[in-house]
Order: sequence, then C-alpha cells, then structure tokens
Amino acid sequence: MDSVFYSRVLTELTLSFHIIYATIGVGVPLMIMLAQWVGIKKNDEHYILLARRWARGFVITVAVGVVTGTAIGLQLSLLWPNFMELAGNVIALPLFMETFAFFFEAIFLGIYLYTWDRFENQKKHFLLLIPVALGASFSAVFITIVNAFMNAPQGFNLVNNELINVNPLVAMFNPAMPTKVAHVVGTAYMTSAFLLAAIAAFRLLRGSNHIYHKKALYLTLKVGFIFSVSAALVGDLSGKYLAEYQPEKLAAAEWHFETEENAPLMLYGVLDDGEVKYAIKIPYALSILAHGSPTAEVIGLDQFPEEDTPPLYIHYLFDIMVTIGMTLLALSAIFWIGMWRKWSFVESRLFRWLIVISGPLVFISLEAGWWLAEVGRQPWILRNIMRTSEGATSSGQVPTMLVLFALLYLVLGIGSVVVLRRMFIRNPVEQEIADRQQVKGGDIQ
Amino acid sequence: MNIEILGITVLWVFLFGYIMIGAIDFGAGFFNAYSVLTGKQRILTNVIQRYLSPVWEVTNVFLVFFFVGIIGFFPKTAFYYGTTLLVPVSFGIILLAIRGSYYAFETYGARGHKGYSFAYGAAGLLLPASLSIVLTISEGGFVELVDGQPVLDYWKLFTSPLTWSIVVLSIAATLYISAAFLTWYANKAGDREATDLLRKYALIWALPTIITAGGIIFELRKHNPLHYENIQRFWPMFLLSFLLFLGTVFLIWKRRQYGAAFGMLAGQFVFAFFGYGASHYPYLLYPYLTIYDSFTNHAMAIALIIAFVFGLLLLIPSLYLLLRMFLFNKDYVKGKEDHHA
Ligand code: HDD
Ligand code: HEM
Ligand code: HEM
Repeated sequence: MDSVFYSRVLTELTLSFHIIYATIGVGVPLMIMLAQWVGIKKNDEHYILLARRWARGFVITVAVGVVTGTAIGLQLSLLWPNFMELAGNVIALPLFMETFAFFFEAIFLGIYLYTWDRFENQKKHFLLLIPVALGASFSAVFITIVNAFMNAPQGFNLVNNELINVNPLVAMFNPAMPTKVAHVVGTAYMTSAFLLAAIAAFRLLRGSNHIYHKKALYLTLKVGFIFSVSAALVGDLSGKYLAEYQPEKLAAAEWHFETEENAPLMLYGVLDDGEVKYAIKIPYALSILAHGSPTAEVIGLDQFPEEDTPPLYIHYLFDIMVTIGMTLLALSAIFWIGMWRKWSFVESRLFRWLIVISGPLVFISLEAGWWLAEVGRQPWILRNIMRTSEGATSSGQVPTMLVLFALLYLVLGIGSVVVLRRMFIRNPVEQEIADRQQVKGGDIQ
Repeated sequence: MNIEILGITVLWVFLFGYIMIGAIDFGAGFFNAYSVLTGKQRILTNVIQRYLSPVWEVTNVFLVFFFVGIIGFFPKTAFYYGTTLLVPVSFGIILLAIRGSYYAFETYGARGHKGYSFAYGAAGLLLPASLSIVLTISEGGFVELVDGQPVLDYWKLFTSPLTWSIVVLSIAATLYISAAFLTWYANKAGDREATDLLRKYALIWALPTIITAGGIIFELRKHNPLHYENIQRFWPMFLLSFLLFLGTVFLIWKRRQYGAAFGMLAGQFVFAFFGYGASHYPYLLYPYLTIYDSFTNHAMAIALIIAFVFGLLLLIPSLYLLLRMFLFNKDYVKGKEDHHA
C-alpha cells in the first residue's frame, strides 16, 4: 500500500514539474516563429532580435524539459509497471510516434540555434523553425492522446484478463481525445504568450522604456487573447465531454450531488460536512455547461458508489483554473480595446503590474487544470478498467527515490531560473541593439 | 524473419546508436574534466561546444526511443524490468539530468564552473556503469519471483564478478570509443595538440576494452552456460570484431587515416554488439522472458512497424542534414563560424 502512495506522490511531482517546462516547450516555438516572421515581413530588426533572445532562453527550458521528460517517461514503467504492461499493448502507438516528434524537434532545434546569420536569405533560417514548432506541438498531441485514453479507454476487450480485439487506432481516437488535445495545445500557446508578456511588462516597469519591449507586449498579448478565447471555448466543450463520458468527474468538480434537471452551477464556496456553504449559485448554468440547454438533466454523485467517486477538492481546482482563465481573457481584451481607444490606463504602471502577475497566474491555472483532470479520474488509473492501486510497483524503494528526485527538481528549478536571469542581465537588449548596429553599420530605429 | 525478431532488431539498432553516440558524449565529458585538472582545458572544451552541444538532445532521443519502443513491442518487459530496475535506472536519470543541464547551464549560460565540469565528467563514467547493470540483470540469476512479483537480489548482483566486468567494460569502451572519435574530429579541426592528446587516450583505453570483453565471455561460462554455448556459435562475428579492433589500433598507432580508424572501430562494435545480441536470443531476461512470450498483439505490432517506417522517412533526411551542418562542415568544425543564437 505504501508503494502506491509514494508512487503517486513521485508521479505527481515529476509531472507537475515537467509540465511547466513542457508547456513552455510547446508554446514558445510558436511565439518565436511569429516574431521572426513579423521581423522578416516588416524588415524590423526588433522583432528578429525578439525571436533571437526568446530562442536563447528557450534553450534552457528545453534542456530541463528533456531531462524531466526522460524522467517521467522512465518512471511510468518504473512506478506503474502493471499499468504500462496493459497500456503498452493498447496505446503504445502514440507513445512511439511521440519519439519521432522528439527527434524531429531536437534535430531542427540544434540546427536552428547554431545557424543564426549563417544564411544569406533569412527566410531559410525561419523555415528551420517550422519543424521545431511542429515537433513540439505534436509531442503534446501524442502524449495527450495517451492521457485521453486513460480517461476514456477503448479499442480492446478484456476477457478473463486476456486482451483481445486490440485496435490501436480506435484506442487513439477515443472520445476524450478531441477536446483534450485541443485544450492542452491551446492552453500551452496561451501560457507561453502570457509568460512572455509578463517578462516584457516587467522590463518596461524596470526602467527600460524601449520600443522593443512594447512591441513584445503587443505581440504576446494579441496571441494571449486569441488563445484565452480558445481556452474558454474548448474548456466549455471539455465540460460537455465530461457530462457525456465521465459524469462523476464533472459532478465532483461542481459539487453536484443529486441528479437533476435545471441544474445550477456552484462557484467557489466551501464544503462543510457535505454541506456547500458561501457558494455563488448560478441557476441553470451547470445544465448549460454540461449539455448546452438550461433544462437538461445532469448526473449527480448519487449515481456512483462511494469508492468510485473522485476527491471533492477538485472543485477548488476547477474554480482556480476557470477564474484565472476568465481574468486573463478580460485582461488581454481590455489591453486591446485600450490600445485601440487610446486609453492611457493600459499603459499605466498598475496595468503593467497586472500583466506581470498574469505570468505566474497562468501557470497556476495550468497546474490546477492538470490536477483537476488527473485527480478527477481517481480512483482509476485506466477508467473503469484498472485502479490506481493495482497499477503500482511492488518495490519498497520508492520513498528514497522520491527524496532524490525532489532534490533534483529543486536544483534544476533554481538552476534554470538563475541561469536565465544571468543570461539576460549580462546582455541587456539595449546593449545588443547597439552592438548589432555597429556590426551592420546601418541604422535600426 | 518473423515479426518478433524484426521488432527486437529495430530496437537493438537504436540501442547501438545510443551506445555509440552516447559513448562519444560521455567520454568527452570525462576527458574534459580530466583536462581541467591537468590544465589543458581549452583543447577539449572547444570540441565539446562545437560538436556535442548541438546534438546532445538528439542523443537523448535515441535512449527515449529505445525504452518507449521496448514497452511498445514487448509490453511484459514493463512488468519485469520496471519493477526491478527502480533504483539503478533512477540513478541513471539523475546522471542524465546532470549532463543535460550542463549543456544548457554551462555552455549557453555562464561558463566555467569547475565543480560542474567535474560532476559532468563523473556522470559520464557513472552513466554507462549504471545503465550496463540492465545487461547484467538480463543474464539471469539476479531476479527472483517472490509471490509472483520480480525482486532484484542486490547482494548477489554486487558481489558477482560478472557485474563488475561488465561495469569495467562499459567504462573502458566508452573512453575508447570517445577518444578514437575525438581524435578524428580534432584532426579534422586541424588542432594538432588536441589530436595528439586524444590519440594517446585512445591507445591507452584500447587494451582494457578488449581484455574485459574477453573476460566477460569467460565469466558467462560459469554464470550462464546456455548463453556461453550460444556465443560459441557466433564465433566468426567475434573474430571479425577482433580483427577490426587490431586494424583500428594499428591506424591510430601509425597516425594514419583517423576517419577509417573510427569506421573500423564502429565495425568492431557492430559485430560484437550484434553477435552478443544474437546469442542472447530468444531471451530478454533469462529465464523468465523471451521475445516470444512478451511480444505485443499482432495489430499493435503492425501499427508500430508502419509508424516506424514513416518515422524513418522523416528521420533519415533530417539526421543527414544535422550531420552535414555540424560534422561534415569544414568551416564549422574548424571553428571559423559562430552562429549560435
Ligand atoms: C492555462 C491554462 C488553462 C486555462 C486558462 C483553462 N484551462 Fe481547462 N485545463 C487546462 C488548462 C487550462 C489543462 C491543464 O490543459 C487541462 C488539464 C487536462 C486537460 O485536458 O487540460 C484542463 C482541463 C479542463 C477540464 C477537464 C477535462 C478533462 O478532465 O477531461 C475542463 C472541464 C476544463 N479544463 C474547462 C475549462 C474552462 C471552462 C476554462 C475557462 C476559461 C478553462 N478550462 C481554462
Ligand atoms: C503533464 C501534465 C500532467 C500532470 C501535471 C499530471 C498530474 C497528475 C497528478 C496530479 C496525478 C495524481 C492523481 C492522484 O494521485 O490523485 C497523476 C497521476 C497519473 N498520471 Fe497524470 N498528469 C499529467 C499528464 C499525464 C499524462 C499525459 C499521462 C499519461 C501518459 C499521465 C499518467 C499518469 C499516471 C500513470 C498517474 C498515476 C496514477 C494515478 O494516480 O492516477 N499523466 N498525474
Ligand atoms: C506522462 C506524461 C509525459 C511523458 C511520459 C513525457 C515524456 C517526455 C520525454 C521522454 C521527453 C524528452 C524527449 C527528448 O529527449 O527530447 C519529453 C519532452 C517534452 N514533453 Fe513530455 N512527457 C509527458 C507529458 C507531456 C505533456 C502533457 C506535454 C505537453 C503539454 C509534453 C510536452 C513535451 C515537450 C514539448 C517536450 C520537448 C522538450 C521541451 O521542448 O521542453 N509532455 N516528454
């Protein structure tokens, strides 16, 4: 029993850490691509430099992403051998395809990073970035398909503990897959956009009033806005998916105890002895979220035996994710309306501080979303097929490994932040712009 | 050839790829740390930054490919190896983390922390040692089934001469492969000093490599007679391997054609590695697991192979492009160009 507990903690730890770097790994190449593209199109050296500096920082996060990804990849087999044996038989295909996405990304990233200014034609260098962005996004797609399978397993039959009729494609295209993939990839872009916006806003607050940072802010918040909208829309569809295929997760997330029609949505609140207190109750909203109609019936927790219901604290996670998502949507929308209507407010220090805070917030939202999805699947590791406790290793050494890995992530986390800070403080953008002007001899605004 | 053999061959090829390019990488780290100690750092640091930094991530994917692929083709390995390897592989992950972060933190970030160079170098030696434990365990005798769960007998493992010969071989071979490759690379870069130094390392590590390799075959006679007998049947491969070894040492000794020398070295390891692999057949883990009883279902096998073929179509041109940019590009190798972001 102990090894089950510690295996869970170690998995939670590794994944929660990996996902920070992995999400940056998925989203930032897109942002670099956009900046470089705009730079080439407008012949604006600032955007090119933006791409180049982002790429430099990206190297550090990718390295930690690769290291932690290798860790979780091996840990899946080390900690959940029984689960992986079964999963290997049915869902190995996307995992295997993911390694090709990694290859693709790693190869072109190596070439891209070491060929700045090597080509006469800048577009050639830009083209090298496309496989990087594709590889990164596809690794997210493939691994999310595996995770979708854990939530909605299909594509095989289990008869007397024998697997038969395995169909890898049916397993891949399971009902959880469309919304999950779209939401994960979309929020990865959103996360990276707000992260980079926060950095630009921070530089602007810290004295540098350079147009370079303003351009960065415009670009990132535009992208941030677009993908916040997608996060909200696809998030809504994810709710509808849950209502249809994993009603126990939705019911636990919404504290929806009794199956009923015209179901209201509970926002916030606390749970006191099975009693919901201080919640904001929005009539009909849950029926709308679940089925798109105010009168629809929503299945409640009363339909499930106690031992099959997920922990109720996922409600808080859901609230955190949605609140942050809506706040950031509003923030980026106000920024854009403000820029358009020339409100001085959006260029004030206060507003810039709000943008800075959006950086950490979006990561909190990301973590909350994953914890909601994963804890909400409990007690199953493979929904309705294998319980988490049946999947775990029988080895007794998991606690020691947990300590070891916690130390490793601490070092990697601190190390990456220190190195990134040092890299950019030692080489401020004003300096770099000046240097490049000298080399080129031309004038760049 | 049946589909099980096809599957294991594909995986064995990628493992071989990892061992070769991994060895170059691991050994370079060790030589670098050593040269920091002896004050010759400039020479090797240059090679590491010019050749290894752009490709380390690709090296890592070879490993990822292997362990993901083996779960895909032989899912039962997850149960046997996953349960027993928790500790050695976790150590391996941590060593990999030290190396991966070194590239990022040191070569792109701030440079020159000595302690880090040592950790990076030491990790380069410990990694082959910790990963080679997997091969040792596969020989059988260290894993027992207790209540239907596989359990690794650490005492037996660490007191077995077989374990330690494999550990020594993995380290010696790593340094030998790495030194031979780097001699060639330094020579191409026109760096006389580095070439001479690395050539010396290559010659030093050649002998321990071949002695331990022979020693292991001898150990197997006691430890796993079945495997020992099988090895005999593949004697022509081992003989060829030995002849190629002599050729490599001869060329390096005579300071001739380092490229061809490295080619022969690669050949030596191909024959030894595949001879070893073939004689291991059909066992993945003596005596519990063969490639037949652990193989995945037919539908998955076909799907994986199709994915593999398409993947290769993508991979081979990309790898070729990478090598052309960094290994075969004269200006880059000589350090005339610096285009890092
Ligand atoms: C920046 C991150 C972020 C933001 C702003 C949002 N989400 Fe989200 N959400 C995720 C990041 C995320 C995620 C981390 O990507 C999850 C975890 C697993 C998954 O499929 O996506 C997720 C899961 C997830 C699920 C569970 C899906 C499942 O378990 O299968 C639902 C119902 C929603 N989200 C709904 C929403 C709604 C209605 C949002 C409104 C704004 C929203 N999310 C914003
Ligand atoms: C990267 C983002 C992810 C995060 C942050 C995450 C987070 C979590 C958390 C918090 C748990 C523990 C739930 C509990 O014990 O109550 C968990 C469990 C688990 N997740 Fe995920 N997860 C992620 C993605 C995935 C993916 C893509 C897979 C599959 C390929 C996966 C496989 C597992 C497994 C095997 C467990 C252990 C069994 C369990 O406790 O359910 N996770 N994950
Ligand atoms: C159980 C879940 C997961 C496993 C087993 C896993 C496995 C891995 C592995 C093995 C690597 C290293 C590849 C290399 O050597 O280049 C890696 C990196 C990466 N992973 Fe994960 N991963 C998981 C979850 C995720 C999720 C949920 C995402 C995206 C949302 C993701 C996105 C990435 C990306 C983009 C990289 C490339 C490195 C980078 O750019 O940061 N991974 N992952």
